[in-house]
Amino acid sequence: MQIFYLALACFLLLNILAGLWRVMQGPTPADRMVSAQLFGTTGVAILLVLAQALEAPYIRNAALLFALLMIMAVLSFVRKSTPKQGQTGDGP
Amino acid sequence: MIFDIISIILCLAGAFFFLGGTVGLLRFPDNYSRLHALTKADNLGLGFIVLGLMFTSSALPEIIKMGLIWLLALVGSSSACYFIGHYIYRLPSQEEE
Repeated sequence: MQIFYLALACFLLLNILAGLWRVMQGPTPADRMVSAQLFGTTGVAILLVLAQALEAPYIRNAALLFALLMIMAVLSFVRKSTPKQGQTGDGP
Repeated sequence: MIFDIISIILCLAGAFFFLGGTVGLLRFPDNYSRLHALTKADNLGLGFIVLGLMFTSSALPEIIKMGLIWLLALVGSSSACYFIGHYIYRLPSQEEE
């Protein structure tokens, strides 16, 4: 069972490595942020699987933090790049 | 033993959905379709994996904690999908003007 969980974690890690190609290639910054979101979700899954495989419950706290930081990163990206659009967009 | 088999099946289903999300991210031609592939498929895969891990977990607080982590990831990911979609939606309309 432990072997299966570790293999699953390795497979999810390969998914993250494949997502890195989109980070390098991505035409727009939004694409890069989307793949950052992939890293967040897959990272949560990896940490949960590792916490079960290694029987280390404290790793779940790191997974909780990943889920929280993913939305923080996206929010800061959107907040940082929106005002430029807002000035020339639908201003009052 | 039966719980192990159920857990393996559910985790494999989750891995399949994660694979689908990654392939969608790499292969889809459009911003919106990439966003669509990622946010839905990945959260479903995470849900399957959490469900699979719940079957082999022994303590009740661990099960509840994993479920709450999945709910937080679900809420965060769907709202992040909305924010990025809104950002992309406003970007080309400005370039056209």
